Amino acid sequence: MLTFILRRIGQSALVLLIVGLVAFAMFRFVGDPVDNMLGQERTLEDVERLKEQLGLDRPFPVQYFKFLEEAVQGNFGVSYRQGREVSEILLERAPATLELAAVSAIFAILLGIALGVYTAIRRDGFIANFIMSTSLIGVSLPTFLIGILLIYLFSVELNWLPSFGRGDVVDLGGWTTGLLTASGLKSLVLPSITLGLYQMTLIMRLVRSEMLEVLRQDYIRFARARGLSDRVIHFRHALKNTMVPVVTIIGLQLGAIIAFAIITETVFQWPGMGLLFINAIQFVDIPVMAAYLMLISVMFVGINLLVDILYAFIDPRLRVAGK
Amino acid sequence: MKKATTLLAAAALLSSTALVHAETLRWARSGDALTLDPHAQNEGPTHTVRHQMYEPLIIRDVTGAFEAALATEWAPKADDPNVWVFKLREGVKFHGGEDFTAEDVVFSFERAKQPNSDMKELINSITEVRAVDDFTVEIVTDGPNPILPNNLTNLFIMDKGWSEANNTVNVQDFEGGEITYATTNANGTGAYVLQSREPDVKTVMTRNEDYWGRDQFPLAISEIVYTPIQNNATRVAALLSGEVNFLQDMPVQDITRVNGTGGKMVKQAAQNRVIFFGMNQGAADLEGDNIDGANPLADVRVRKAMAMAINRDAIQQVVMRGQSQPAGMISPPFVNGWTAEMDGESGTDIDGAKALMAEAGYGDGFSIRLDCPNDRYINDEPICQAAVGMLGQIGITVNLEAIPKAQHFPKITDGKTDFYMLGWGVPTYDSEYIFNFLVHGRESDIGTWNGTGFDNDDLDAKIKSLASNTDLDARNADIAAIWRVVQDEQLYIPIHHQVLNWAMEEGLGIDVDPNDQPKVKHFSMN
Repeated sequence: MLTFILRRIGQSALVLLIVGLVAFAMFRFVGDPVDNMLGQERTLEDVERLKEQLGLDRPFPVQYFKFLEEAVQGNFGVSYRQGREVSEILLERAPATLELAAVSAIFAILLGIALGVYTAIRRDGFIANFIMSTSLIGVSLPTFLIGILLIYLFSVELNWLPSFGRGDVVDLGGWTTGLLTASGLKSLVLPSITLGLYQMTLIMRLVRSEMLEVLRQDYIRFARARGLSDRVIHFRHALKNTMVPVVTIIGLQLGAIIAFAIITETVFQWPGMGLLFINAIQFVDIPVMAAYLMLISVMFVGINLLVDILYAFIDPRLRVAGK
Repeated sequence: MKKATTLLAAAALLSSTALVHAETLRWARSGDALTLDPHAQNEGPTHTVRHQMYEPLIIRDVTGAFEAALATEWAPKADDPNVWVFKLREGVKFHGGEDFTAEDVVFSFERAKQPNSDMKELINSITEVRAVDDFTVEIVTDGPNPILPNNLTNLFIMDKGWSEANNTVNVQDFEGGEITYATTNANGTGAYVLQSREPDVKTVMTRNEDYWGRDQFPLAISEIVYTPIQNNATRVAALLSGEVNFLQDMPVQDITRVNGTGGKMVKQAAQNRVIFFGMNQGAADLEGDNIDGANPLADVRVRKAMAMAINRDAIQQVVMRGQSQPAGMISPPFVNGWTAEMDGESGTDIDGAKALMAEAGYGDGFSIRLDCPNDRYINDEPICQAAVGMLGQIGITVNLEAIPKAQHFPKITDGKTDFYMLGWGVPTYDSEYIFNFLVHGRESDIGTWNGTGFDNDDLDAKIKSLASNTDLDARNADIAAIWRVVQDEQLYIPIHHQVLNWAMEEGLGIDVDPNDQPKVKHFSMN
């Protein structure tokens, strides 16, 4: 068991190193940050001096190892665009992204499971069919389009909800939250729906198909033969057995929600890490790009590692192979 | 009928709420200020935010003319052409209550000359700034500098005592990630006082009720809420929904939409930016062409033919939807040295162009790569696409390479392009600025944006002499002569002057500033 976990951790570390290397190899193609930093009146000497100061004149493997060396000590450098410590900026931006991701995830899970169960039980009903066909929109429309459509409808036409920003936030010792003010809550509605819609339809469709599968099983028939009420059969017996694959998917999708918040944050001017990353790409802000990419890959690798280890606990065959 | 009444009622409601909240300027544009430190970054949006709180000695009004700010009079010293004398405004107080005196001006200029300052290039001719008395300052330059005031319109004045008390005597080391008190706080003499600021999210300012110009300017806005909104569609939606009432960086494609919405309007003015193509005439052979051992662009007839093939009116009507002014010289209209005649030298003549190509020995044409940014100027890539078709008419096969600005501009400064698009604004409103960067042969500190390879020693000497020529008539004659060479050599192919669009709620009296630099103290309510 221990060897299994150690091997998995080793593999995860390797994946992280490779992600970083690929990222640094690509930064060269994003452009030259120096022009953005100095403005049009700079002299060529200024350019050379700054390139040397930032280490941009060195080949990318050298830059990468310097980054690793500093990152191991918890130092992610200074943002070229904002002139502040990257770790400080990320910490400042993280609450916005995590709060949005959490609300979207809750929205996707609750509504996804509820609608999934409903469409499975009433699978020939008119409403169930209507939900199923409209859910295709959620799967097929790109996020930015959904966001803009929602803004058009609820902000421009109906004037109900704000089109951008986080509203008023309350600072709780370094953690800013929009959950405690009316305008903060209103601001969360449209971005959460935009971000969570895809995951919601995914969960809904998964719950539905799993549930239909389970409802065909023999033990459900026996339960019916025993005269149990529909309610007990559906929610105690069927739903419980449906949840195993659903929980796995939810776990993996959580990472995706945080990572894909980039687009939603750009559309709604949500001051989170995704918007920071987009700004960083346009400005060629290498320290911010590097730190963000590493953070996201640490998160994905971490979740996968956790899922792997959990599987090993659940599935005895993996444990035996590990020994 | 019923619907119409509801609409009317809604419109009435909207306009009444607009009146109630109208003293707050809810202002959005695509980017935020990078820092509040007055001298740390020389960048448009950063200056714009600072201009509300800090003031230079002189500013420019919306016509481009000088307007007295902290200085009331300025002139070269009668007996010494190397010295400018500035009379300062009396009775001005900083937001913190400190008195504004000559000592603050001396301190601010010295601060702006520090190595970390981004403003130091603009004032590198200044050798000394001395206070004669409390309200007179003499600025000494290394030689006569007739256009010194032009370089001072973004040079903000800080309070010496405040800077010393808060440990911000030195300019923030931006690249080193230094945060100082001045990065996040502001203590200027300006019409608005900083209330709160979250970088990239929101900056709030309120009116300075003790402002020296309280009776002189409208000062109709009592509070400014500045929010950067990056996405074009979201920014326009925020205006349409009434969440913001003043918008910079208005997307061209939405102008009709905004004008068609009740209570909103778009105002325009010629912007301080001209768009043009540069051609590398200096190289012996070009990288991206199909002619070996020769450079077709070295022949002035080829350059003329290319300029004649561009149909500027078609670009204006089709690509820009009317949002541009065709240009014949690479200078914005209000710059000293611009003339209507030269700006009109840009006719389209395909037959004449073909004849010139044949005369130069390129009757069968050639192929070349055009480098173009795709995220810098209004419709930059579509303009290049249009040019590809137009140059195709005279046999030049153009391969377009449109890439983000962060990759495009290094190509020009590193000399890795033969044919490229560039846009230029002139903050000093004088042709010397254009010549220094775009016409003078490339050296380490001059001609840095001249990617044409053009290098004419006589002309370079003439350009350098402009800096210290105090005889303004002779200087203007020199400027005209240099422009004549630039035009005759067809150093660049001018395309058009950009038009600037600001969107706003009706009722706000705002005149568009060609520098894209609104000064809220000038805003009124109709």
